[in-house]
Amino acid sequence: MEGLASAGQMAAMQAAAPDRPKIVARDINVYYGEKQALQHVDLDVIAHSVTALIGPSGCGKSTFLRCLNRMNDVIEGCRVVGDIRMDGQDIYDPKLDVVQLRARVGMVFQKPNPFPKSIYDNVAYGPRIHGLTRGKAEADAVVEGSLRRAGLWEEVKDRLSEAGTGLSGGQQQRLCIARAIAVSPEVILMDEPCSALDPIATARIEELIDELRANYTIVIVTHSMQQAARVSQKTAFFHLGILVETGDTEQIFTNPRDERTQGYITGRFG
Amino acid sequence: MAPAHEHIVRSFDENLEQLRQTIVRMGGMAESQLARAIQALSRRDAALAGEVVRDDSAIDRLEHELSHQAVTLLALRQPMGVDLREVVSALKVSSDIERIGDYAANVAKRAIALSQLPPVKPAYAVPRLARLAQDIFKEALDAYVHRDPVRAIDVWRRDEEVDEVYTGLFRELLTYMMEDPRNISPCTHLMFIAKNVERIGDHATNIAETVHYLVKGTPIAGGRPKGDASSFEVVEPPKEA
Repeated sequence: MEGLASAGQMAAMQAAAPDRPKIVARDINVYYGEKQALQHVDLDVIAHSVTALIGPSGCGKSTFLRCLNRMNDVIEGCRVVGDIRMDGQDIYDPKLDVVQLRARVGMVFQKPNPFPKSIYDNVAYGPRIHGLTRGKAEADAVVEGSLRRAGLWEEVKDRLSEAGTGLSGGQQQRLCIARAIAVSPEVILMDEPCSALDPIATARIEELIDELRANYTIVIVTHSMQQAARVSQKTAFFHLGILVETGDTEQIFTNPRDERTQGYITGRFG
Repeated sequence: MAPAHEHIVRSFDENLEQLRQTIVRMGGMAESQLARAIQALSRRDAALAGEVVRDDSAIDRLEHELSHQAVTLLALRQPMGVDLREVVSALKVSSDIERIGDYAANVAKRAIALSQLPPVKPAYAVPRLARLAQDIFKEALDAYVHRDPVRAIDVWRRDEEVDEVYTGLFRELLTYMMEDPRNISPCTHLMFIAKNVERIGDHATNIAETVHYLVKGTPIAGGRPKGDASSFEVVEPPKEA
């Protein structure tokens, strides 16, 4: 009974604060060697929503995305200055375990990149190395659950031992999403997840993104403004390393405040 | 104001320009229809009124053309921001203009009936009201053409004048009808004409509201002043001597 009550209270608390920020980024500056790629970026990522980062090539949107799970750490000469907190915790704290952080903040890339292993192992690998599953039965359950959430289970349940690389592009991308959610992340970062997919596979991923929002916080970089408009609740427009404008997606696409945003979304420069 | 720079894809600009041109043509036609309807009414010219009734279908055809242009543009260009507002506004303004065209034709129809009845005095006051509405409609179209939100707000306020004159006319017509039952037939026609003209003023303010939304992205703030009190008018018949 007690457990039920607290779950109810939690739900009530979440309903009462629908715009709770999951990630708060303040004064983010990123340098690649001498070159500054991001300048003074302040952005809140709202929990259980999809935030789209848009802007022309080289505007810094992918750089910002990679700050959120410290993927920039692995880039030579890249330096991140500023404060990024997830649920109040500084993710650039030197004592923080980056591997743990990346389990909490998963990532899906532009090109589907399944491991050259079976469909089953692609999903089971992460939970196993993070010690989230013990034994075959637990691993089976996580694999099935993740593939179901990624909308892939029905298509692959009879051939889990086949190579993940043998799937179609859209299926591979959903496999990568299944792999990302297998370790129960809180946030999923997506870097142009549909740019290598056909329109039908894209629609399935977009539908999936909308479903995943209930359980995860999603940040997506996309070059397709229609996609940003379709899948996100919040949109942030970057230009020349500056966060120009951020707001409700509806507002950004119908009535942007800044001239530069207007110019970009209406196809007048970019 | 639309951004000064042009689209990277030039044919997109051409499509938007085509949309604006269609609205301008529709507006010009509706203005001329209204002007001719008023002229037919004040000169008791049934032949001219007949032409106005006949020509209304040209505005309807342009409205269909505009819907087609707008839907095509939405489907093929997926406009955003001010471009999206441009397309949505064109659709709204075109249906307002189409309605104004209908009302002009209605005025003309009743002008034909009136030309066959003996003249009554309020027949001179109605064209005055009509010219006021015509003026406001013209201003609304100018605000659209020049993307001028200040002018739009001005039009939006001025509709109050039409409403006030309409309320006065309503009382006047009732009084004439009570004085002599032979006035009832022409005065009823005039009453409907006045109502049509008053509705033209309302559609002109709709256009003004759309222009404001198109340019600013927000509706005009606050409530519109309303002068039409005719719904509450009561005129007592004269006491029997």
